[in-house]
Amino acid sequence: MPSPRSELLKGIKTVSPILLGVIPFATISGIAAVEAGLSVPMAAGMSIIMFAGAAQLASVQLIAAGAAPFVIVLTALVINLRFLMYSASLAPHLATRPFRWKAILAYLTTDQAYAISLAHFEQAPENPDKHWFFVGTAATLWVVWQAGTVAGILAGAFVPEHWSLDFAIPLTFIAVVVPAIKDGPAFAAAVMAGLVAVLAAGLPLNLGLIVGASAGIMIGTILDLRPGWREP
Amino acid sequence: MPTGTLIAIIVVAGAGTFLARLSFLALARDTKQRSLAQIALRFVPVAVLPALIIPSLFINEGALYLSLSNFRLLAGIVAIVVARFTKSILLTILAGMGSLWLLQALLA
Repeated sequence: MPSPRSELLKGIKTVSPILLGVIPFATISGIAAVEAGLSVPMAAGMSIIMFAGAAQLASVQLIAAGAAPFVIVLTALVINLRFLMYSASLAPHLATRPFRWKAILAYLTTDQAYAISLAHFEQAPENPDKHWFFVGTAATLWVVWQAGTVAGILAGAFVPEHWSLDFAIPLTFIAVVVPAIKDGPAFAAAVMAGLVAVLAAGLPLNLGLIVGASAGIMIGTILDLRPGWREP
Repeated sequence: MPTGTLIAIIVVAGAGTFLARLSFLALARDTKQRSLAQIALRFVPVAVLPALIIPSLFINEGALYLSLSNFRLLAGIVAIVVARFTKSILLTILAGMGSLWLLQALLA
């Protein structure tokens, strides 16, 4: 029988292989913040308050470039628009939790925690302790993220660039999404999202990500509604 | 406006319009009464993550980089194949990083 404790441990166990991909991302975001001229407490504070790697990296780049504050804020928010979709997608599974739980789980939501937890939720939607699985994945990611960021802040520029450790980020996403593509509509959604995101990469403010994802969701939905494309 | 951007706008606007026209028509025959939102949400992860990944493989310094010297694209393809057949996060990351390092060491 699942219990809060067993769900928590299962969450930690499931997330552990991808920590390898998170550490370099966190370290790089710490290094980038310091190199952009942020003080050590400012860089650490940004990591704790925003807790969103892609948005942190983009903000730091814009800060270093001397961009207008509203452009920096808008860019970070646009990059994080995807959390609206994650939130809507997780909502049916967490609807019965009290507000304080929802607030904590919302703060801890990341791409990786979302993808891993949703897959687990869909396997056992009736499990009453499944939110503990989310805590196991998301809180582990939080601790590793903050530790990696601090390491990056302190290490400064000592990690050699030719290690290309930032490449571990897309590799992590590949490892999560490829096994999730189980049928034709999902495959079409992934291909369309990637294709449109490349075509729209010239859009300002990283809007290509949102436009590509929207295109993928729409084509997947259209194919799913077609008779004969039903899920098995 | 760049051609790619224009194509993207037309594709997205067209698909959205079609989806709006199709939505209730298609669901009218669906005895299971799945809501459009439920169906669409299934595609959020498989759409958002590729929209993050694919440009990072194909685009370098703002331009399309289709070349055998695009080591990240080649290593990314290796990682996609490994992920497809092993379903292992650790093996996927190791295969991708290993391929990138190998290509950089041998060809750079």
